[in-house]
Amino acid sequence: MSRKPLDLPSAGASQPIVRFEGVSMRYGREPEVLKDVSLELERGSFHFLTGPSGSGKSTLLKLIYLAEQASRGRIEIFGQDLALLKRHERPLMRRKIGVVFQEFRLLDHMTVFDNAALAPRIAGRKPTGYRDDVADLLNWVGLGARMHAMPPALSGGEKQRLAIARAVINRPDILLADEPTGNVDEAMAMRILRLFLELNRVGATVLIASHDTALVARSGMPVLTLQEGRLAREPDFAPEHVE
Amino acid sequence: MTLAFDVRRWWPAPLLPRQDGRDLALLFVVAALSLLAGLAAIGALAGHRAAEGWRTELTGSATVVVRAQGTETADEAAARAASVVAGVKGVAEARALEPAKAQALIAPWIGPGALPPDLPTPRLVAVDLDRKHPASGADIARALKSAGVDADVDDHSRWSAQIMRAGAATQGVAAAIFALIVAALGGVVAFATRQGLAARHEVVEALHLTGATDGYIARLFQARFARSAAQASLAGAALAAIAAAALKLATAGDQQLTALIPIAWTDLVAVAPFPIIGAMTAALTARLTAMAALGARP
Repeated sequence: MSRKPLDLPSAGASQPIVRFEGVSMRYGREPEVLKDVSLELERGSFHFLTGPSGSGKSTLLKLIYLAEQASRGRIEIFGQDLALLKRHERPLMRRKIGVVFQEFRLLDHMTVFDNAALAPRIAGRKPTGYRDDVADLLNWVGLGARMHAMPPALSGGEKQRLAIARAVINRPDILLADEPTGNVDEAMAMRILRLFLELNRVGATVLIASHDTALVARSGMPVLTLQEGRLAREPDFAPEHVE
Repeated sequence: MTLAFDVRRWWPAPLLPRQDGRDLALLFVVAALSLLAGLAAIGALAGHRAAEGWRTELTGSATVVVRAQGTETADEAAARAASVVAGVKGVAEARALEPAKAQALIAPWIGPGALPPDLPTPRLVAVDLDRKHPASGADIARALKSAGVDADVDDHSRWSAQIMRAGAATQGVAAAIFALIVAALGGVVAFATRQGLAARHEVVEALHLTGATDGYIARLFQARFARSAAQASLAGAALAAIAAAALKLATAGDQQLTALIPIAWTDLVAVAPFPIIGAMTAALTARLTAMAALGARP
């Protein structure tokens, strides 16, 4: 897959690609969802983010993909302080971050193919430059026969796979996923995990919020745990590595 | 897998959903506004032409009121005045009106048959001026004074000035109505854009989070509303032209009505730029509204 280079500065090899420093987040006058969170994700790292419902997992991801702004603290993505990022630079940064949303956020009026092709289309790539990539990717996630179906006609698992295809089509530098295996069977969950691992091997920094403890355990990847908005880094474990 | 000739992959679907009922309501309102604007524009042109016609008629003539003096009779004085005026440069023709015609002119004030036959009424001289280089009232008055004729000259300048003022006022009102309609169009499109952003917030959100800039998203609404406004303005303008053409044909046999509403076929061309004006107004308004709304997002 070829990618259009962006002008954003990249974090150096030794510089964390995501850095939170004392970050807190609240919605309006509600209590804080995240409390004094500090973390660093190295370039090319792979982490799971776990924690009970309401612990702030989705909010933490939203802060990374620039859907929300922190109430307190400092966030750096690609070495850039988000508080200093100009408005017109934010979309360029978002293009380097792939997101698999928990609720999919597919566009119901567009075909599976057009949904998967959304990111390169928005990035300004010509259809001739991405259509084979999209077809290959849809085949890989098992949607090759459903390219011209509309999202409302897809099953939950198919929507999940389409959401993943859309997130990874541009080979993002950072890949975030919010419960990406919540609607698929175990075999597909493992296949999706292999895709994430493959993207991670070619350089993507991956952070997956998941309740799927079996999947987390089988991945052997480090886990970040949120408890009532506070972050606790658990010891790494590697019981069953996925090959 | 290669599907190079699959048309659905060569022409991607529009990023915004196709039009729905809300868009049809917008089309109707814009078409109605365009119809009103078209009628206002054609009306302004016809009004201008009517005022110009009346002004030309008034400025093309003058009236001289002649009073007899000494032993000269009124008829002799009128004939002499007509002769003097006819010699003034810029006068095409001057003729003394018969007493009966002069009395008919003042009959509305004193009633028919109420005028005593021995009353010394002034005589009138009707003057037709040269259309290209008309003589002024002052020129004629000077010539009469030099010839020793006791007379007053009315070159109708007072009336023509009023007609010009009325014509200018009519045009001003038409321009104000037109501007008001364009502003109303902008307001309607701004409202529709805000509604569109709210109704399609999930699409907007997905585009935003996939890396679309505010300008990219605004352009989608801009193009959508410009296209809709152009179509609706075209329909409204066509209806206005048809209505004006029907009015022209309906009044064709009536000279008074034709003089009052002198629509020319060329006036119908005035509505031709409406689709462009509508599209540009809608595009600008939609862009500004969308940019302002999107700018409030994180």
